[in-house]
Amino acid sequence: MEIIALFFSAILINNFVLHYFLGICPFLGVSKKIDSALSMGLAVTFVMSITAAVSWAINHWILIPYQLDYLQIVSFILVIASLVQLVEMFLRKISPPLYQALGIYLPLITTNCAIFFLALMAALKNYNFIETVIFGIGSGLGFTLAIILMAGIREQLDLADVPEALKGAGISLIVAGIMALAFLGFSGMIK
Amino acid sequence: MDILVPILTMAALGLFFSVGLVFAYKKLRVYEDPKIEIVSEMLPQANCGACGYSGCRAFAAAVVKGEAPPENCPVGGEEVANQIADTLGIKAGEIIKKVARVHCRGTWNAAKSRGSYLGISTCFAAHLIGGNKQCSFGCLGLGDCVLACAFDAMYMSEEGLPVITEDKCTACGKCVDACPRSILDLQPISQEIIVFCRSEDRGPIARKVCKNACIACGICVRACPDAIILENYLAKIVDFKKIDPEKIPDIEKCPTDSIGRLKKENER
Repeated sequence: MEIIALFFSAILINNFVLHYFLGICPFLGVSKKIDSALSMGLAVTFVMSITAAVSWAINHWILIPYQLDYLQIVSFILVIASLVQLVEMFLRKISPPLYQALGIYLPLITTNCAIFFLALMAALKNYNFIETVIFGIGSGLGFTLAIILMAGIREQLDLADVPEALKGAGISLIVAGIMALAFLGFSGMIK
Repeated sequence: MDILVPILTMAALGLFFSVGLVFAYKKLRVYEDPKIEIVSEMLPQANCGACGYSGCRAFAAAVVKGEAPPENCPVGGEEVANQIADTLGIKAGEIIKKVARVHCRGTWNAAKSRGSYLGISTCFAAHLIGGNKQCSFGCLGLGDCVLACAFDAMYMSEEGLPVITEDKCTACGKCVDACPRSILDLQPISQEIIVFCRSEDRGPIARKVCKNACIACGICVRACPDAIILENYLAKIVDFKKIDPEKIPDIEKCPTDSIGRLKKENER
């Protein structure tokens, strides 16, 4: 029961983008079209779930037994960077158009603070292995949900009459803020 | 001694991940012909898609593979085609210079309006509710094509129709895609006679909604039966090369001015 609660709270309540405001760079950068937003979301979900598992293993089997907790940050970054390289090679092989569409934002997943936050958060909260993986998948899906909603709104925004000064990033950030307010409605549903 | 533990741990972790990546790279490596990069750099990088590929890079890949001839890039034209052909050791074919043409003469005066349109100021939006002219085939006059043009080759005339500057037009076809009513298309620049109407309404209706609509009277067809036919109450040029230059005055007897040569003063 607690695992289900953790899963849904990662998606809706403690949504990384709309609650913690992490990972805003790809959230604004790749949310112009729904299909590239979906692929970005899935790439992040993939990296997040694997990162959660691998970083848990490193943390519990290597870092904690040898009292090397202070290496958490650098070793988690290593995990994330390697996984992003893997995803990049994989995407380039199976879908060159998608690789082109994601462009610079794909390698930038490496520096996506949302993923790093996930690894640190799981270590901080002392989740066990299953909880960590569920937390990772849920957070990834939460990111995917947020970026797809954003892309859907931005596709409509193309037809709207936006004041000159707010065009582009300005209106997108306002929309993100309103979305965050809407998601605030979920808070308190799960303790 | 204490310092050795973290150093060795990080080294071991780094080694582990790099070995993993090396194996993954061997499995997932994508071989790319270096010629693709070279050809791609020669192309104009407009990424307009006029060649039928998704961008300059995709076109370069197709040329290198031999799937597309180098002269298919209308923006680069002859110069780029020859350059690519030289690099790849193949022969470039002859280029037929094309240019975008407007197939409507429904100016604000000529075409009757249905009312004033106050919605979103794009043709795409106006087309959804039928536009502001009674003619449901004519130019909507809000300039989606002008916005789409990346080469500054179009502008809207005061009469509400797009005008194309032949010298600047590269025949990339972006305006053709932008027009929700297919008013524009690409034609060889040597084709003098153009049909200036897209209306498939029957003659009497077409005449009622626009002074310059094709009413399918057949005067042009009688002048050049080999080259011009009537299709869906609209004159259609089947093969412009068969139009006899001496018959052009006969064609231009068109009672509604919906076929003929461009008028040089404002329709270039």
